[in-house]
Amino acid sequence: MNTASQFLPVIAALPFLGALLPGLMIRAGRNACAIAAATPTVLALIMVLIAAPEVMRGEVLQARIEWLPALGLDVNFFLDGLGLLFAGMILGIGLLIILYARFYLSGDDPMGQFYTYLLLFQGAMLGIVLSDNILLLLIFWELTSLSSFLLIGFWKHLPEGRQGARMALAVTGSGGLAMIAGMLILGNIVGSYDLTVILQHGDLIRQSDQYLPALLLILIGAFTKSAQFPFHFWLPHAMAAPTPVSAYLHSATMVKAGVFLMARMWPVLAGTDAWFYIVTTTGLITMVLGALIALFKDDLKALLAYSTVSHLGLLTTLLGFGTKEAAVVAVFHIINHVTFKAALFMSAGIVDHETHTRDIKRLGGLAALMPITAVIATITALSMAGIPLLNGFLSKEMMLEEAAHTVWFGSHWAMPVAATLGAMLSVAYSLRFIVHVFFGSKRDDYPHAPHDPGFGLWAAPGLLAVTVVLIGVLPKLMVGPLVAVAGGAVVGGELPYYSLKLWHGVNAALYMSIIAIAGGAFLLWQHGALDRIWRTLRKPEAKVLFDTLVTRSCAGAGRLIETTHNNAISRYLAVFAISTVALGFAAWSGGGHISGDRPLLEVPVTVAVGWVLLTVAALAVVLMHRQRFLSLVLIGIIGLMVSGGFVYLSAPDLALTQISVETVTIMLLLLALHFLPKQTPRESSVGLRVRDGSIAVACGIGIAALTFAFLTRDFSTISQFHLDNAKTGGGGTNVVNVILVDFRGYDTYGEIIVLGIAGLIIFALMEALLNGPASRRLKNWPQNELRSHDRHPMMMVVVTRIMMPIAVIVGIYIFLRGHNQPGGGFVAGLVIAIALLMQYMASGFAWAQERQRTEYHKLIGIGVLIAGLTGAGSWLAGRPFLTSSYGYFTIPPIEEFELATAMLFDLGVFLTVLGAVMLMLYSLSRIARAAGETVNIEPMDFDPSETEQKAGQN
Amino acid sequence: MELLVAATVGVLTAAGVYLILRLRSFPVILGLAMLSYAVNVFLFATGRLAVGLPPILSKYAEGYTDPLPQALVLTAIVISFGMMAVLVMVALGAFLTSDHDRIDITDETGEQGEPEVDKP
Repeated sequence: MNTASQFLPVIAALPFLGALLPGLMIRAGRNACAIAAATPTVLALIMVLIAAPEVMRGEVLQARIEWLPALGLDVNFFLDGLGLLFAGMILGIGLLIILYARFYLSGDDPMGQFYTYLLLFQGAMLGIVLSDNILLLLIFWELTSLSSFLLIGFWKHLPEGRQGARMALAVTGSGGLAMIAGMLILGNIVGSYDLTVILQHGDLIRQSDQYLPALLLILIGAFTKSAQFPFHFWLPHAMAAPTPVSAYLHSATMVKAGVFLMARMWPVLAGTDAWFYIVTTTGLITMVLGALIALFKDDLKALLAYSTVSHLGLLTTLLGFGTKEAAVVAVFHIINHVTFKAALFMSAGIVDHETHTRDIKRLGGLAALMPITAVIATITALSMAGIPLLNGFLSKEMMLEEAAHTVWFGSHWAMPVAATLGAMLSVAYSLRFIVHVFFGSKRDDYPHAPHDPGFGLWAAPGLLAVTVVLIGVLPKLMVGPLVAVAGGAVVGGELPYYSLKLWHGVNAALYMSIIAIAGGAFLLWQHGALDRIWRTLRKPEAKVLFDTLVTRSCAGAGRLIETTHNNAISRYLAVFAISTVALGFAAWSGGGHISGDRPLLEVPVTVAVGWVLLTVAALAVVLMHRQRFLSLVLIGIIGLMVSGGFVYLSAPDLALTQISVETVTIMLLLLALHFLPKQTPRESSVGLRVRDGSIAVACGIGIAALTFAFLTRDFSTISQFHLDNAKTGGGGTNVVNVILVDFRGYDTYGEIIVLGIAGLIIFALMEALLNGPASRRLKNWPQNELRSHDRHPMMMVVVTRIMMPIAVIVGIYIFLRGHNQPGGGFVAGLVIAIALLMQYMASGFAWAQERQRTEYHKLIGIGVLIAGLTGAGSWLAGRPFLTSSYGYFTIPPIEEFELATAMLFDLGVFLTVLGAVMLMLYSLSRIARAAGETVNIEPMDFDPSETEQKAGQN
Repeated sequence: MELLVAATVGVLTAAGVYLILRLRSFPVILGLAMLSYAVNVFLFATGRLAVGLPPILSKYAEGYTDPLPQALVLTAIVISFGMMAVLVMVALGAFLTSDHDRIDITDETGEQGEPEVDKP
């Protein structure tokens, strides 16, 4: 990799990074903002220019960064001739647009936002032309759709802007989806997602069975982006965008992305009949139709928009021909179109800016009032018409020459005639743009007195107009090498013979050109009459069709949602449960019988009793769930039986965890129930209950059958590895604990973070509740419930005090032995939490809280930090995150003991669990205090020492 | 034994599903608790059942049961507690702000309970 190729990722990244600047710099003024937007563009342009000499020598620069190799998605960039042409265009025109927009946007427009969007778009567009990985290209492709959505809808107060933005996003976005599918097929055929690899496998792709679907899908993407018939309708509606956006996105860059893609894929996709007929025909229809509509548009920007559609059709046609000559002409015309069309849009913007109207019927005679603008617009419009000495003439001539000898469906005439017709219409609307706006008599009813704008506004189009003339007169000198290297990149091999010069002698193209210019002039002369006929014609209105389609889709989606999700969670949970059962049943009905042949275990009597208890409790919960306290007691029985089951079935760690979680869960529910209704009213009808009951029974039978099915079959497991390595690798004999803190430590790390977040969410919810409308309700909480008169009983206080150190020691013991015997951080955290909770229960919250010096948030934070640092510590030893190490130590008179880093990690787990559990219960009890719960300062209601004193006095 | 465990999972699931289809928040929370038990036992059972073979390495052990599902279920138990606590809090908040604990948004009860007035 040489230095120039190292720039490639930087070039693509610069606009994205730069996009952060304008939003900030707008505070320093509009000039600073524009400079901030221009800086990354200039830097990127300089880097492209540094890389240019190598590319011009025919080298292909490549930069590769691995990202997700498993998906074939890498950040690979490459720069060849075609990429250089487009990158230069994107950055060069981008710079001019930044300058133009500085003076175009008014003081009310949020300029920082505008430049940020513009740079985002620029980055996305650069990404497309530089990507060497088609998946990466697709990402940038979608980014251009998104950023263009923001830019088209920049004037948020205009409904046309919003609608146009939505339409553009809908059309180009869905085209992009089709293209994703097409590209994936393409990558599948070749076996690589690297563009440079794909480009070398043209024959393989064209001979593949999947060629046609891939081609169609990719073409849909390209056609939508490049506004080809029948997807052309979004482009005129996108003209609601500010003019700099129209000039940049909708003439120079984004709409060229489709053409770029066709050119990029040309070596592998072109050359077949399918390609020729689809692409050429589409391009031809678009070219003629676009030009025809443009001729009758009165809005300057709409005229230019349809003319752009027409020229994009022309480019598509050229690429569709499939000959190398035509492809080179396409490259040349891309350059020419950019120069004159961007300048024309900017001129239209100037006219709009100065006269406050874009309606041709209200303009005319501006040449005397705005001479500079008139010169720029005339030169560039004549170039668009294809008049000699201007660059548009050269490429049009070459296009006509290609069309003249192309056979279309066996006809020698169809192609030349259509091409001449397109050219003729193009001459007509270009001349109309000049004559009806700038010539004719001066009017006195302009909405605003017109005059030439300041230099800042006409500098950019002026420069482009100069380029138009220079290329027109000296094509070989100006762009000869660039066309050669870019054309070479498109055709992917030897360049055909072609010559960029003014005079090609008397040939078919010259006759066609003469007919086009004469015919165009005639059309303009008869424009008034033709316009009246045009207006009487019934034409399908694309926006109406599109809106109808959107409305119908929305209504359809609405009906679907209404039947499944009518805001009722019970309804869609039922839908979910039924469909899951149905899917499960469908899968099962195709399979065999349920039970396998693994030998069954015996059922001892105690287990059977436990099972009966559990089942009866579960049924009782269902039957008695209206009595909420009762159902909590019953839930407790289930939890206890489940932990019993874990003990019996060789899972001591699970049993310990389950039983301690059970305790805190019940406490939590009890605390919450204090504020909830104690009874559930009977609301659902018998029919509904029968329906729910049947769904529930079906779910139960299904899942039970599934469980039984796999329990009676043998299986293979990866656990032998864990059993073999727990002692030698992790230094512990409790394999479950070693898995948690070592083998799957990363999972555990994530899980304690989730638990910590849950704790914080609860805290935040509680804060919001106490500061929200609920606080008033809490203050007036009715105190009429039957309460215990001895809320902090002496017996309980005394017992919990004695229990506290014992419980803590048990917790520490469980924590310490966790690595080798059942226990560990999770269980220890819960045990200590319960020990603390007992104090809270016995002596009240305020009393206990005063003696608790560490905040629970801090505990969570410290826990996660310890776990994370322990993991990171293994980096110091040059090993991956969370690799544990351990050793054995002896300090007399204690027996030999083991220290493992895993234990430190487990400490983090322990602290987080403790902090989270305590924070949750603490939050609930704060609500209790807000509800006017009495706060006690004494440890118990009854103070025995007082009685003693009294007894002494007596 | 396998039949008992399968039946346990089935009964717990059925009870859980029935309860989450109720119309008030508290039974739904109970239902989710039941479903958590069911899912945890189900996951645990994927390691197949074994009696007297805890995954604690020892010279005297005749064999070990599969430790991996146990490790997964252990964290699942703790996480489902966290999830339940969040739900309880949400249910409590909903009840305190809207004065009812119905879970379905219907037209009558769609809005946020009583309107906010005289904020301090």
